Amino acid sequence: MSAQPPNSPIEHLLRELTPQVLGIVVRRFRDFAAAEDAVQEASLAAAMQWPSDGLPENPRAWLTQVAFRRMTDHIRSESARRRRESEAALEMDQLAPPVDAARKSNQDDTLILFFMCCHPALTPASAIALTLRAVGGLTTAEIAHAFLVPEPTMAQRISRAKQSIKDSGIPFEMPTGSERAQRLRAVLHVLYLIFNEGYTSTVGPHLRRADLSHEAMRLTRIVHQLQPDDMEVAGLLALMLLTDARRLARTGTEGELIPLAQQDRSLWDRQQIAEGVALLSATLPKGAVGPYQLQAAISAVHDEAARPVDTDWPQILALYDLLIRMSNNPMIALNRAIAAAMVHGATKGLELLDALKTDARLADHHRLDAVRAHLLELAGDLEAAVRHYRAAAAKTANLPERHYLLTQAARLCSDLELRKAQE
Amino acid sequence: MKYILMMNGTKASFAEYAKWSKKDMEANVAFMRAFSKRLKDEGVYVATEGLGWPDQAKLVRSGKDGAPITDGVFPESKEFLAGYWIIDVESPEQAYKIAARASAAPGPGGVPGNMPIEVRQVLGSHTDLGL
Repeated sequence: MSAQPPNSPIEHLLRELTPQVLGIVVRRFRDFAAAEDAVQEASLAAAMQWPSDGLPENPRAWLTQVAFRRMTDHIRSESARRRRESEAALEMDQLAPPVDAARKSNQDDTLILFFMCCHPALTPASAIALTLRAVGGLTTAEIAHAFLVPEPTMAQRISRAKQSIKDSGIPFEMPTGSERAQRLRAVLHVLYLIFNEGYTSTVGPHLRRADLSHEAMRLTRIVHQLQPDDMEVAGLLALMLLTDARRLARTGTEGELIPLAQQDRSLWDRQQIAEGVALLSATLPKGAVGPYQLQAAISAVHDEAARPVDTDWPQILALYDLLIRMSNNPMIALNRAIAAAMVHGATKGLELLDALKTDARLADHHRLDAVRAHLLELAGDLEAAVRHYRAAAAKTANLPERHYLLTQAARLCSDLELRKAQE
Repeated sequence: MKYILMMNGTKASFAEYAKWSKKDMEANVAFMRAFSKRLKDEGVYVATEGLGWPDQAKLVRSGKDGAPITDGVFPESKEFLAGYWIIDVESPEQAYKIAARASAAPGPGGVPGNMPIEVRQVLGSHTDLGL
């Protein structure tokens, strides 16, 4: 199997069935960690056998049977004490597994799996890895490949994540009340992080990381199907669609970054934009608006401008004004400063940046320098802009971005020389 | 985020290391093995390599027609890379903690060597959307 978006029908099917089968196995055996291993093994067996033997009549029943067998093997190899405890479970194995349980319970199981894998007790890196494996149905090798770490490292990360779940005694149950809403936010955050990991240049050795964005969109789609009335789930999916729609235009042939204003807009994925906008339009009349919806709305305003000059900056600024009231994320404040500069002039934007200087979260962040450089350039202070482009280049952890920032500085330097020569 | 932890030493420190007692040497090797194993257990390990010693080091430049011109006499004070680890962690602070652990590798008499470990971020290509 490759880390591509599932392109063979079998791969697609396996990824889709993974959370369903896992739900059944966890319900039967109550041991999430072992069940997850058993389902992964069943899935690997299917990936080996199905292409040559053909699809079984009921693929989910096949996977469930194999996973049940792995579970009973696992239990038999455990201590006698453990064996006694699991007698009931073993007896169940003698019966045919109820593989076609009600659709509703399957859906609940998948959602519970999301809640477990994205539990706040886990570190973000652990939650990401576990979600991709247990709900996404990716193999450890595929996840390791996507994150450019050795497979044993990723295996260890997943097994530690499962141990944390065991240690915190998180039950395989649907959270209720206010906890449910809170846990759903945690799920969305992990999906957002997976999407962000894939938000990368699309050439060279990192090609495959782009698949993480596709995987994040696929998983968010599943959550959206399970929670169609949650506006923030729809908002996140719309945000992903509207952001990813610009993928082809974001980077040049050598992987170099192309900023929004210079992108070839004919490369934007119109179909994906239409889907994102439709999704968003369906949510907006439904009352309370959340941060993902607002981010998606901002993305939509950009996507709907035929040319950069057509961008409705007052609308974008108004959306940032709403967004900043519900989030103290300094990145949002930075983006708002750009919008303010586009509406009220660069001086206004620079004033807003000055107010952010004291934010410790931004002190060492390249984005503050990059935005300042951009606004100084708009204001005509090229010397200062060069200094800040270079400062940003020194701080970024992204190689294409460093090239981009240094190129901006070099461009302004030659403008300055030209200006001096003309004087 | 990935970081490279680099252990550097001067020619003198390499020469000194070569004269350590068997016991000190074994303690140091055992420490390094355990250090790498812990990185693996913690799920942060990406790679590690030890490098050949500086007496074998050459500086190479391109000469006429691209032919290599090698240069191998270095000043005593020059720092050489002895080896490195690449780790994948969640914060720079986590990288610094791990670097401090490496720095505590035992030297002569089992006393922590407190070798300086240079910590540098490995650049990636994904953009933080920052939401």
